[in-house]
Amino acid sequence: RLVCSFHVGIRGKDIVVLGVEKKSVAKLQEERTVRKICALDEHVCMAFAGLTADARIVINRARVECQSHRLTVEDPVTVEYITRYIATLKQRYTQSNGRRPFGISALIVGFDYDGTPRLYQTDPSGTYHAWKANAIGRSAKTVREFLEKNYTDEAIAGDNEAIKLAIKALLEVVQSGGKNIELAVIRRNQPLKILESKEIETLVAEIEKEKEEEAEKKKQKKST
Amino acid sequence: MALFDVSGFKSYSELRGQILPARQTHLVDRTNHYNFGTKTQEFAVPVGADPSGFLKSCNNDSGVCIEMNHGTTTLAFKFTHGVIVAVDSRASAGRYLASNDVNKVIEINPYLLGTMSGSAADCQYWERLLAKECRLYRLRNNHRISVAAASKLLSNMMLGYRGMGLSMGSMICGWDKQGPGLYYVDDNGTRLSGRMFSTGCGNSYAYGVVDSGYREDMTVEEAYELGRRGIAHATHRDAYSGGVVNMYHMQEDGWIKVCKEDVSELIHRYRKGMF
Repeated sequence: RLVCSFHVGIRGKDIVVLGVEKKSVAKLQEERTVRKICALDEHVCMAFAGLTADARIVINRARVECQSHRLTVEDPVTVEYITRYIATLKQRYTQSNGRRPFGISALIVGFDYDGTPRLYQTDPSGTYHAWKANAIGRSAKTVREFLEKNYTDEAIAGDNEAIKLAIKALLEVVQSGGKNIELAVIRRNQPLKILESKEIETLVAEIEKEKEEEAEKKKQKKST
Repeated sequence: MALFDVSGFKSYSELRGQILPARQTHLVDRTNHYNFGTKTQEFAVPVGADPSGFLKSCNNDSGVCIEMNHGTTTLAFKFTHGVIVAVDSRASAGRYLASNDVNKVIEINPYLLGTMSGSAADCQYWERLLAKECRLYRLRNNHRISVAAASKLLSNMMLGYRGMGLSMGSMICGWDKQGPGLYYVDDNGTRLSGRMFSTGCGNSYAYGVVDSGYREDMTVEEAYELGRRGIAHATHRDAYSGGVVNMYHMQEDGWIKVCKEDVSELIHRYRKGMF
């Protein structure tokens, strides 16, 4: 079984966050060419886990479909529509001769044009579901349990909080902290933004500080 | 092969199958509903056919002459309280009056109307096809199709057969999330959004009447009267328009049919006030 890298998606109130575990690359390899988060349109992006080559095909078709929709319907796609398209494409390859299914699971996030944030997950069989927060790849089950405990209204109250929740979820799985994390966010009415490693380091430091403060508080409570 | 599929490459046998009418394409491979019918055509056109040349030869006076059903007046205009759609009801085939009681407005759904002018067969067929696509869109996407998208679908259908002798001038009117919508679509593939359109051979008369009486902030009754007058006066002067005025009012919660009045009675009424 292929060991996939780990991905997490969080749907906030005014922001959607995609976090990806960056595999360490060989010394001579250019880091920037390995991208697992891709924009499908200005307001939708997708992270995939699985065979990168298969993903390239799916992403290409999805990008064309986004523009075709804009051309014919004169409106941007809704996240549900493009997820349905990708899922139908995947299903077609599970039910015909001479083909094998696409070996990817995808997390698709974005905003509909009425401003609602959305997060969907598809799998190779062609099913898709909407989620508030989800994780795919290795150790996804443990992280989903973490998210079930920690996805509260206050946890996603602000943009920063939602991003921190995603980082916390990633840190559960990823060794060696902020260096192996790649984060992308879409804010309402703004294009996809991939956070720089500096910003991630700052946020990781904040999270560590908060953890220490929590531990201190607990200690004090125990002692009194 | 799978690679041919993803790159869009078509083998010769597939192309041939598209040209010569063949067996049913499997629904699985039909990408129609995501490409909104742009990839596959309703009717395959044989290679080497020249429909427009053939039609030109039929319009000459010498030899066989095929008279197409033309002749109509339709009008539609937007104002503060929605969209008014008014049409006549005459169908003519050359100098022969085929019918005085034709319905030239197709009720696509409670929020969308389409008018017909030009060739009756073309209008009826393509607009019914548009109604089918609108219904499918609603079922697939859980929300009604916008007026812009519906008119785009129709104009794409026309563009697929451009130059092959289709004859259709239609106005798609509706009310969607963006408010009242009015688009003019014709057989060349022209698609225009606007506040007022009139089509058919009586359109110049209708434009004159509606242009002189139009105000954005008319009351509803004034707008009804303007629509009625536009059609009535056009039918009075244009030989190919007549019958009754069918008028619809597109409001925020759907269209209502306002009236169906005989033009001769209307003209008689107006004559008392004319001179």
